[in-house]
Amino acid sequence: MDGIHDMGGEHGWGSVTIDPDEKVFAEEWEGRAFALGAMSGGLSGTNLDAFRHSLERLHPLAYLQDGYYGRWLACAELLLVDSGIIAEGAVDARANNLLGKETPEPPDPEVNKPQYERGGGGSLRQIDDVPKFAVGDQIRARDLHVDGHHRMPRYIRGRSGTVKALRPAAVLPDATAHFTGEDPQHVYTVTFDSTELWGPDAEPATLNIDLFESYMEPRS
Amino acid sequence: MTAMPDSRPPAPIRTEALEALLTERGLVNADAINGLINRFVNDVGPMNGAKVVARAWTDPEYKERLLSDGTAAVGEFGFSGPQGEHIVVVENEENMHNVVVCTLCSCYPWPLLGLPPDWYKDPAYRSRIVREPRTVLNEMGLALDESVDITVWDSSAENRYFILPQRPAGTEDLNEDELAALVTREAMVGVAQVGAPA
Repeated sequence: MDGIHDMGGEHGWGSVTIDPDEKVFAEEWEGRAFALGAMSGGLSGTNLDAFRHSLERLHPLAYLQDGYYGRWLACAELLLVDSGIIAEGAVDARANNLLGKETPEPPDPEVNKPQYERGGGGSLRQIDDVPKFAVGDQIRARDLHVDGHHRMPRYIRGRSGTVKALRPAAVLPDATAHFTGEDPQHVYTVTFDSTELWGPDAEPATLNIDLFESYMEPRS
Repeated sequence: MTAMPDSRPPAPIRTEALEALLTERGLVNADAINGLINRFVNDVGPMNGAKVVARAWTDPEYKERLLSDGTAAVGEFGFSGPQGEHIVVVENEENMHNVVVCTLCSCYPWPLLGLPPDWYKDPAYRSRIVREPRTVLNEMGLALDESVDITVWDSSAENRYFILPQRPAGTEDLNEDELAALVTREAMVGVAQVGAPA
């Protein structure tokens, strides 16, 4: 989906600074939010791609204001509510109660985990399909506009590149995030020149990005 | 779409609330949560990647294995797990500098580097490094000569990219542990080079 998460090439974000004294978790709650986020996929019966998609489903203002571990917390809640592990509003109600604001808590919902076939653990798969592309092939990133989860950034759409490497086949996030199956595909690293992406005055550079086979078409 | 920010209780108290709700249902416990936190605070971090780099600098056969099958070569140290299903190691060279980003989220090789630092997750880095890498690297303190080509790797699938930095001059007499101590997280993502020992 086209959203705030798809940041490659955007202007206006300011400069990047490194904090050499940064802690892994700046505050105690961030570690706990990380742990709950990491466990939420298993507890909700979903998967890594559904978790990444839940990041995209956050309100754009929340995406920016929550910060990284705030997003993890919100996504854990989203997946657990989707699967009926906790009720919508249960977290806010409990939080208000913890703050001393007496708030009725909603009753537990029916558990409703997604039902779908997994071909194994992790994301990599062995597939028998012959790869459609070979190293050195000239390709174009398809002009795809996908409503749901999708892993081709906007800045690549319609651009021409060259296949650099064939990587291990993997489940298609567009499918697994929505529990419609796995649709495992070949994955390629594709090279784009910066002028193809950002115009003739672009800083000279090479961009390598991983694309699923169905995101690509031969350049004719 | 989810709720707007500011209309909800603050994140620390919502974290406590979610943990309590799941604990009451017997779905999580404090030991498991603390174990996971402890693992990423103390056991997994850039010190893992630094060991790999130091080995590659001192053992040419290991370096060859590392560049041809990163996942297996880092597995020799026992480094594997989530966000490390397929590790691809890219070597920085005199005239070619590589740098890694995830523009869509913050994909990062956890088994080698731990959890990503703030700058890697910052919209400024995610938006700009693919468009004006030389400018961004300069701002971050890495001034590359104009003769050095830059390649940016956007981690958009399950491959995790790890940079093998150049070994600095003047380190011929250092052993693996001493070399590992020089290697920074930033150098293994490609926003810095490894400096010579002070």
